[in-house]
Order: sequence, then structure tokens, then C-alpha cells
Amino acid sequence: MMADQELTGAEIVLKALVDQGVDVIFGYPGGAVLPIYDALFQQNSIRHILVRQEAGAVHAAEGYARSTGKPGVVLVTSGPGATNAVTGLTDALMDSIPVVCLTGQVATHMIGNDAFQECDTTGITRPCTKHNYLVKDINDLARVMHEAFFVASNGRPGPVVVDLPKDIQITPGPYIGPGTVKHRTYRPQVKGDLAQIRRAVDMLAAAKRPLFYTGGGVINSGVQASKLMTEFVRMTGCPITNTLMGLGAYPASDKQFLGMLGMHGTYEANMAMHDCDVMICLGARFDDRVTGRLDAFSPNSLKVHVDIDPSSINKNIRVDVPIVGDVGHVLEAMIKLWKAGIHQCDQAALSSWWAQIEQWRSRRSLDYEQGSDLIKPQYAIERLYHHTRDREDVFITTEVGQHQMWAAQHFHFERPNHWMTSGGLGTMGYGLPAAMGVQVAHPEALVIDIAGEASILMNIQELSTLTQYNLPVKVFILNNRYMGMVRQWQELMHGSRYSESYMDSLPDFVKLAESFNGVGLKVDRPGDLDEAIVAMIKADNTVILDVQVDPAENCFPMVPSGAAHNEMIFGNEKSDADRPSVSDDGMALV
Amino acid sequence: MTKTEAIERHLIAVIVDNEAGVLARVIGLFSGRGYNIESLTVAQVDDAVNVSRINVVTTGTPMVIAQIIAQLDRLVPVHRVTDLTEGRHVERELALIKVQASGEQRVESLRIADIFRARAVDSTDRSFVFELTGTTEKLDDFIRLMKPLGSVNVSRTGVVAISRGPIDGQ
Repeated sequence: MMADQELTGAEIVLKALVDQGVDVIFGYPGGAVLPIYDALFQQNSIRHILVRQEAGAVHAAEGYARSTGKPGVVLVTSGPGATNAVTGLTDALMDSIPVVCLTGQVATHMIGNDAFQECDTTGITRPCTKHNYLVKDINDLARVMHEAFFVASNGRPGPVVVDLPKDIQITPGPYIGPGTVKHRTYRPQVKGDLAQIRRAVDMLAAAKRPLFYTGGGVINSGVQASKLMTEFVRMTGCPITNTLMGLGAYPASDKQFLGMLGMHGTYEANMAMHDCDVMICLGARFDDRVTGRLDAFSPNSLKVHVDIDPSSINKNIRVDVPIVGDVGHVLEAMIKLWKAGIHQCDQAALSSWWAQIEQWRSRRSLDYEQGSDLIKPQYAIERLYHHTRDREDVFITTEVGQHQMWAAQHFHFERPNHWMTSGGLGTMGYGLPAAMGVQVAHPEALVIDIAGEASILMNIQELSTLTQYNLPVKVFILNNRYMGMVRQWQELMHGSRYSESYMDSLPDFVKLAESFNGVGLKVDRPGDLDEAIVAMIKADNTVILDVQVDPAENCFPMVPSGAAHNEMIFGNEKSDADRPSVSDDGMALV
Repeated sequence: MTKTEAIERHLIAVIVDNEAGVLARVIGLFSGRGYNIESLTVAQVDDAVNVSRINVVTTGTPMVIAQIIAQLDRLVPVHRVTDLTEGRHVERELALIKVQASGEQRVESLRIADIFRARAVDSTDRSFVFELTGTTEKLDDFIRLMKPLGSVNVSRTGVVAISRGPIDGQ
């Protein structure tokens, strides 16, 4: 390969980043990456955000990636820097987020010697990344950098680690541009098989009780995929439900939207999944939070599964029409076929299906009772939504737990890339750094981290980063003084033995915010909530709003573990007589 | 749903880039997802394009086998995954078997080796080392016959296989 020019390894890394369209990286320096930091100091094309702990850098990169569609880039040092990044990398792998993580490494002749701050980064990150590289030869560096971006962004996106020994960073070598890199083995299939697509369209047209079940794959495919999906669903008149990761791909205010499905999904969404006769799965993976007991999952339906990852198909649930391809491309073909065939679902059957769905909806499974004393967490979310619904530039991140589920249930997303949450791995401490990454990508937007008081402490050090870079993230804490979700499971399954789930010695969050030059607000009465939310939004500063909520509130509906997905338990059950008809199996187990 | 499906033995050939860490990646996939490795061999098979071939013998239900193949296929350095059990193929394994015996048992071991067409590649007054190639069953039978004759040490390669017929590279 013809060398364009000779640069040091560190300069090659930066040039490759610039050529890949990167303008910001999240990182933390250390001995093994000093040459790269030195090169960074002497250039202006790439901005560096200094986090306070490497996990923050990776979650920030995830937030950046999910809110823009571009890969997030991380730079950390060897040893503890790399191992601190492992949680974030695993999170990105589980949720299919494109992240390129550059790690420093001790010099090549020191590898394997138990050197200072050395660890087997490639060994440790092999199972938690989509792919990883250790660059041992300067002549490989440019190619590897471009390949890393290709692998992270193509096919099913995911995290890629490039381990860079320090001597490679200072060695001069050749640079090649991204255009000259073609991957030998990794060629994901993007266009779906037309015969299978035709089968799927015919199956849908013949359906009496059709349903769309869509997930994070639609978001990953890009904004156009969400638009096409919205067009197709409206065209067919079918009901649609989203997974936690798929929220926002279809406008939530639309009457065809049944709400989120799964363990804490709406009654109508789960019942429709169980009773449908044709299920069109787009970019979702039949995760156990959605399926409940596998042998009772939607037993009488025909299933179409569109996924770019062939290993995702027939992994848990056998499907009838598998289609390997990018959801956007497949939807385009489906729409063409639907229009060309002048297809239409059986209107009479569709009418009665909708009537059944409306009956399920009338159960009002998300209802709660807001009194005048204690703030209910659901009410806090609803008021937050009310005060932000007219803006198009609102981004929500969450931590993990009850508050996350309530946010998914009571906040409504009209467009994709505005909802960032840790679904697959469920990482507490994700939300604050992710919000940081989103704010960096969208400096003028309103970015809110909906948090629990337990989760927010996990990466609280990132408040310092928010202050340093003037990132006016709003931290909306639903404070119930418990690890809410853990406590709920202990109440339902372990005889209310609340072992280690009470949050003791909490800080004064108002003073904490102020100590970082932010605004601190606290509210504990329902009547004061609106004013506090408005003040939070108005402040052009980092804000922590500590909302004291009812600690006894549980998250419903719930599909208990081991139950079938149509066997939900509710919070607002008044009596057996009020319950709508449930199948015989469901009656035996609820 | 999968409770009544039978466990099958499959032989899977994986063509991979011959780069550092690829074997660790494949094995990590099996151990990380709880798949079974009965035997595994790996060697470079083409230095012009720098590829290696990994032959894995694994067991599982048909749905698990399909998952294993899909998971292997999506690894970045993997060129191709072939389930050789699906078609006609040739399977061979090699073993070096040391038998320490004397007197009549020593003579008997030679007689049995002759029947199996094993070659003696080492001999002392108290031991032989036999080299034997064949199917797994043939090697298992030979070793079982050797055991009553004296003390037996075995070193086996694991199964290599290739499809029958002219299809290139499989």
C-alpha cells in the first residue's frame, strides 16, 4: 500500500479519527496514552471531554452515539483505565451501540511482563466487545483504525476496542485514508431476501389479528427506518408496540401505539402479543423481559422476524419467516410490495381486533392514585412530560430501576434518538454520563437524566465534568430512599425482607449540586412540583431536582419472572370481578 | 419446546484469519455461551491468504447447533462456517498410544496393533508406542483393547474432517 505520509502513531490515530468524521472524544489520560494526549494538545480539529472516571467516558460515548447515530469515541489509558471501561463496553454490546474505545497499553516488549498498569486488555474485552485489536506493528495502525470504525458501525452496531502500545504511539509510520480499506471477512447482509419479504407481506395481508413488535434495531437503522415504519404501520392500520430500546421509533401519541410491552409493559401490549395471529418483529430480539415463559409465548401466531444479525433469529423463539437484513431496506421493499399488490388487511377482522384491544386498554393498567400528601413517582414523570411536550429538542436518559420503567411508561416519545436508557445490561450509573454525552452532541437542547437516588450516586463524579464544560444537564431524581426495583422484588418474592435495599446516608442533593456550582432544588409536596420543574427547565445551569416520592409505590403491571407474558399482576386491582377475562392458564397462575 | 429434541453430534469447520487471538475468540464463544467442545483442532491451511481451519466437534439440539453456527459466523475474523455433518464427509483422528507390557501381553499388543494396522513408532524391552489413524470409534476400540494388557498412555489430536466431492475448500 502506498504511504501517503509518515506520521507518529499518535498522529496517525488522530488523523484517522478526523478522517472518520469524529469531532469529540471522551477520555481520561494516563501514562500509557501520554503521546496521544500530547498530539491532542497540539491540534484543534478534535475536542476532548475530560470525564472523572472511565466508565463515564464510555457511557457518554453511548449517549452521544444513540442521540446522533454516529459512533462515540473513547480514549483511556492502560490497566485500570481499560478495566474501568469494561462495564460501559458490555453495556454497548448488549444494546448494540457503536463505540470505538482506544486504550493505551504498555510497550510491546513489556507485554506479558506484569508491567506497571499493564493488563490483558484484549483478553479481558474479547467477550464484551463486538471485536478488538492489539496493534503490534505501526504499519497496521491506520488500517486497524479505519476497520474499527467499519466494524463498530456496520451490521449490528457494537463496541470495538483498539489497544495501542505506547511504543507504537511514538513510532513513525505510514498513513492510509479510510477509502482504501475493504474488509476481508466481515460483510453483513443488508438487503433482505425478496422472496421472504413477499411471504411476510402476504402473511400480513391475510392476517385477522396482526401486530407490529419493534425494537432498538429500528433506531439503529437510522431516522429513515423510523419514518418508513411509521408510514407502513399507518398504511396497514395495524396496532404497534415497542420494546424499551425501541421507544420513539413510532410516535407515541398515535392511536395505533399500544405502549411499551414486556415485564412492565401495558396490559394491552402484552395481551395483543399473546393473542395476535401474525406478529411482525422489526429489529427486536425476543428478549426474556418481553417473552416471559418461553413455552407460553404467543403460541398461536405466525411470526416474521426482520433482523440484521442472523444469530438473533431463532435464538429463543422459532419464527416462521426470518428475514436477514437492515430494517430500513426491508421496510422499503415491504411498502413497495404492499402498494403494488394493493393489499389491505381484512377490515372486518381488523375492526373486531381493535375492539378487543380497546377493551384491554379500558383496563387502564398504568393508572395510579395521586393523593395530596405524597408525590407519586408516576405523577412526577407525567408533570415533567407535560412541561416539556411542546419542545422538539428534549432528550431523556435514565438510570436503572423503577424510575426507568415509570419513565418508559409515562413519558411519550414522538421521534427516535431522544430516549437513552440501559436496556440489555441494566447499568445503574448510566444516565448521568449518557446525558453528558447527549448534551455535548446537542449543546442547545434540554437534556434530562431521570434518576433514582441509588443509581445517581454510581457516577456522581461526572457532575464535575458537567461544570467544567458548562453542560446544563437536568438531573431529575425520583427519591424514594430505597433501591426501588430490588425492594419491589423483595416484597413480592422474598416476604418483604428488605435485605440491603435501603439507601442510608444520602447526601443533601441540593447542597451537592451547589458544591459543583449548579442549582439544587428539592420538592416533597405534589402542589410544589410544577413550580420546581419549571425552575429546573429555566435554569441555564446544571440542576439537581430532588423529588421526594412515595417509597411504597410499586411498578405495575408486572409479568413476574417465570410467568407467561399475558399473566400480569396489577397495582390497581379492586376485586376479582373487575378483572377482564383471562385465559385459563392465566387464571391458574395469577 | 426444545425439551423433546434429541442431542446431536456435529462437526463444524471454521475458516478464520490466522491472527493472534482468533482461537481464544472461538473458544471464548463456546465457553461464554455454554456450548460443548468435544474436540478441537486448529492449524494454518493456506499461508498465501493467511487462513487457518478450526475443526470443532460439538453436541446439542438442532436449534443449539444452528445458534452455534450463526454465532461463529458473525465473528469478525471468520470467513466461513460449514457444518460437515450435514453432508458426506471424511473424518480422521490420530493417536499415539504408549503401552507398557511384558511377556505374553507384550506379544498380544503387537498382534492387536497388526489387526488395527497401527504402526509401532517406538519400542523398548518394556514398551511400545503405537501410531494409529482412523475414526474416533476405531481409536476408542483400540485403546480399550490395549488397557487390559498393561499401563496405557494416550495422546490424541482430535477430529479433522473434510467434505467428500469436489467442492472447493470445505
